[in-house]
Amino acid sequence: MKHIIKINKGTLNNLEKKGCGECQTSCQSACKTSCTVGNQKCENK
Amino acid sequence: MIHKYKLNDKFILLDINSGGVFKIDEITYDILDHYPEKDRNTVTKLLQSKYKVLDIGQSIDEIDTLISSDELFSEQESITYDFKNNTSIKAMCLHVSHDCNIRCKYCFASQGNFQGEKLLMDEETGKAAIDFLIYNSIGRRNLEIDFFGGEPLLNFALIKKLVNYARDKEVQHNKNFRFTITTNALLLNDENIEYINDNMDNVVLSIDGRKETNDNMRYTINNQGTYDIIIDNLKNLVNKRGDKDYYLRGTFTKFNLDFSNDVLHLADCGFDKISVEPVVAKPDMDYALCKEDLPKLFDEYEKLSIQYLKRKKDNPFNFFHFNIDLDHGPCLYKRVSGCGAGNDYIAITPLGDIYPCHQFVGDEKFKLGSLETGIINKDIKDQFYKANLVEKTKCTDCWAKYYCGGGCLANAYNTNLDILSPDEVGCELEKKRLECAIMIQTEQ
Ligand code: SF4
Ligand code: SF4
Repeated sequence: MKHIIKINKGTLNNLEKKGCGECQTSCQSACKTSCTVGNQKCENK
Repeated sequence: MIHKYKLNDKFILLDINSGGVFKIDEITYDILDHYPEKDRNTVTKLLQSKYKVLDIGQSIDEIDTLISSDELFSEQESITYDFKNNTSIKAMCLHVSHDCNIRCKYCFASQGNFQGEKLLMDEETGKAAIDFLIYNSIGRRNLEIDFFGGEPLLNFALIKKLVNYARDKEVQHNKNFRFTITTNALLLNDENIEYINDNMDNVVLSIDGRKETNDNMRYTINNQGTYDIIIDNLKNLVNKRGDKDYYLRGTFTKFNLDFSNDVLHLADCGFDKISVEPVVAKPDMDYALCKEDLPKLFDEYEKLSIQYLKRKKDNPFNFFHFNIDLDHGPCLYKRVSGCGAGNDYIAITPLGDIYPCHQFVGDEKFKLGSLETGIINKDIKDQFYKANLVEKTKCTDCWAKYYCGGGCLANAYNTNLDILSPDEVGCELEKKRLECAIMIQTEQ
């Protein structure tokens, strides 16, 4: 494609085997105030 | 839903429901102001004075291709938040000390004692907290404990005992503990640094940035700024830490709206993991951020993101809020359930009282129960259970929802007296940070 470059194909719609709850709690990582879940890593490999 | 923006001379397009990220050109950017609501012919007419008809057609073809593969304007997954595990506790903020050896103007803990007496947690309470976590974490293996305060190093002996205790228990119960300590760095010395570096998976070290910024908000009991006392301690710890995680954690307030200089100062001191964040405060405080500060703060985030990219090549550092893992980020369930306060995350006071998170500690209304009684305030528990994206009307139409997760509930409560009603200033800053973070990703 010439006008649109795909940086990342979104996969949020794929919920298969998701929701295991093993990833880090947002506020424990560094912030202690400002949520932001998008910067956590999925631990469900 | 889509969101598009221009930053650092780049045009960026997000597909919100799928999480897709695209770099686009200016024609496509302009076309998306009208298309697909208006049809191809109308859009072509509208834009043909600015662009070649052929290019407009091509760009619309590309948009159509992505729409037909469900990558643009993709369907919203219907999602409920009662997914597996989300009320089983996994993370605990353990307030081992409600006493502090410094005074910070913005301290939500009211200078260390959380609106109560100065107290240190005893061993029995600490062990009971760990047992509580183990027994209430059914179905989870990774458990997190943050030794918090006040200043946790004032109760260092207890921390060591509790780490040993948890390590013994984790084998028995097939759990994996990850420890964090959050400290103001005043009491760091060679001995406790060695212990911390050996045993803590993460260390959060408080410093606000430049000396004047830091010392204006963080000072000792004798009104002496803390910068000169802590800076070498911080370097000592970080130099010996190897690859292990740590974060320098600062707060910016109305008094240092030019906070990008504080972040860069810390980077210039050689620290490479930095988190500097907006203060959470009641709006009537003189240091609280307000709407009028937003243009300046947006500008600061943009400036910082551009510097950040420049330094990526030979002098890289990691700014917490610019970390976004587009490929391996959390699943939709996590994004919908948000910070987890009062659900998978709780805070324990020195006396063993349970609160939804460290920010609510000391406000009796929010007390969930105690280690003795367990969680008995079902009303509060329920309120926090429902505090997720599905239930927050302000978030439903927000493009940032799946990155943000719904914002800080304490912030919402401070500003709007309602945990379901996010703080607007917080939201605007979050959206700007996300735009910067995603822009950075598109450049890598
Ligand atoms: S930025 Fe605000 S409105 Fe948007 S998802 Fe976050 S908390 Fe909700
Ligand atoms: S309410 Fe705020 S401080 Fe508490 S866990 Fe949630 S994001 Fe963190």
